[in-house]
Amino acid sequence: MIVFENVSKTYETGTPALNGINLRIEKGEFVFIVGNSGSGKSTLIKLLLKELEPSSGRIYVNNKQLNRMRRRQIPKYRRGLGVVFQDFRLLKDRNVYENIAFAQRVIGTPARIIRRQVPAMLSLVGLAEKYKSYPKQLSGGEQQRVALARALVNNPAILLADEPTGNLDPKNSWEIMRLLEEINKRGTTVLVVTHNQEIVDAMKKRVITMHKGLITSDEKKSGYRQ
Amino acid sequence: MRFNTIIYCLKQGIKNIFRNKLFSLASISTMAACIFLFGLFYSIVMNIQYMIDEAQDAICVTVFFEPGTSETRISVIGEQIALRPEVASVEYTSADEAWESFKEVYFEGNEEYARAFMGDNPLANHSSYAIYMKDASLQENLVEYLETIPDIRKINKSDLTANSFADFGILVGYVSGAIILILLAVAVFLISNTVSVGITVRREEISIMKLIGATDFFVKAPFLVEGILIGLLGAAIPLAVIYYLYGNVVGYILDKFSILNSIMVFLPVEQVFHSLLPVGLVLGVGIGFLGSSATTRKHLRV
Ligand SMILES: Nc1ncnc2c1ncn2[C@@H]1O[C@H](COP(=O)(O)OP(=O)(O)OP(=O)(O)O)[C@@H](O)[C@H]1O
Ligand SMILES: [Mg+2]
Repeated sequence: MIVFENVSKTYETGTPALNGINLRIEKGEFVFIVGNSGSGKSTLIKLLLKELEPSSGRIYVNNKQLNRMRRRQIPKYRRGLGVVFQDFRLLKDRNVYENIAFAQRVIGTPARIIRRQVPAMLSLVGLAEKYKSYPKQLSGGEQQRVALARALVNNPAILLADEPTGNLDPKNSWEIMRLLEEINKRGTTVLVVTHNQEIVDAMKKRVITMHKGLITSDEKKSGYRQ
Repeated sequence: MRFNTIIYCLKQGIKNIFRNKLFSLASISTMAACIFLFGLFYSIVMNIQYMIDEAQDAICVTVFFEPGTSETRISVIGEQIALRPEVASVEYTSADEAWESFKEVYFEGNEEYARAFMGDNPLANHSSYAIYMKDASLQENLVEYLETIPDIRKINKSDLTANSFADFGILVGYVSGAIILILLAVAVFLISNTVSVGITVRREEISIMKLIGATDFFVKAPFLVEGILIGLLGAAIPLAVIYYLYGNVVGYILDKFSILNSIMVFLPVEQVFHSLLPVGLVLGVGIGFLGSSATTRKHLRV
């Protein structure tokens, strides 16, 4: 499903971020990516989003080689991905409902389908009552759940989450993680970048550890559950 | 593209205009000033052109012949004149016709005086050609040529009001062209500024849209709609004002300067707007589109 072949990335500033990454993630997997600050985790996510181009090497997603993809094909490719960030990135001038509906408007979903699917997503993340609230009226955990609902409403094959719990307290962090696990059970491949060791240890998933732009370990924890 | 998407982009475009009211207002006003002046000069130039055309149609050179010039000789001269490049048409008036029309004009109601001439045509040597030109400015050339033809006794030419009229029309055309060009540049600049302010304010929104999988077009469309609407509003308002003012101004001029009635003929407002309306609207929409599309292209390369 996702394959990295000898991928390196050096930023225009000359900073090396990835130094020959080889990685294979199967369809339906749940994978944690951990590592020190600056080890290249976000860079890896950005390459998958095609926000960045690798300096060398090849990346395949669903057997499509990203480097070969034309500019015009990028929007279509991204529609198959869901993304969640540490800072939520909601639209501040639109309410919860509109934030989620936005993801469907962008891809031209008919209004009648939007009206059906947005409430379903809201109840999945437990925010059915708050659909009229604006982001600033919500707690961090609630905002991240909105972001998650937005990432999932188009039913992506892959969910990329870059430190989704970085700004959340333990209780909210766990809630987000449970949601991610739930989504994974429904068939979505999930990649989570996190610094939260406790969660990683407890969830018993595949853990990829990065250090200075290299993968230093890739293990399925004892008691690993797919 | 889906109908939903079109509606969504339209709505967002309209919202954009209200979201940065001040800039939108500035753009619309500049645009309106620009189109207003354009419409004003356009109406003036069109009317001048119309008056020139009218005046030109009436301008002709009339030639008379030496006494005793034979009919055949006269018709040969007529054929020669008709071959000249300046000439649009030549009209022959025989001595008898001249006398008939003279009688009509001067003895109207007193036909018995005319009978005193008893069939003697007092205008026997007054057969003439009225020569109409393709362009009034060619009159000098033609007259020079006519003067070289023997047997021509007299050449009556029109005074040159038409030429100075044409010069005035050209001058107005140039001046208005220059002013309009400057204003257009200002309008494009302002619209582009308005749109780029909008883009800066919504940088984050745009980057989120892109990550979610919005096409370039979907990101750009609201800004294009914004620009086009500004252009459309900026054109429609002044055109409506001109439509309303036109009749009043023409009425006022004809009223105040009634002496001018004989030389001033004005086009009806419908005829001016027949071309001014589409030209003005296309200009407005075109400027709006140009200003916004250039800006989105510059700022939205992600
Ligand atoms: N836009 C950029 N331009 C230049 N260098 C960058 C850029 N973004 C990241 N880097 C550098 O690339 C390296 C990897 O950065 P990256 O953001 O991938 O790390 P990370 O693992 O996500 O760190 P963190 O855990 O702090 O988020 C770092 O040395 C960083 O300074
Ligand atoms: Mg990071």
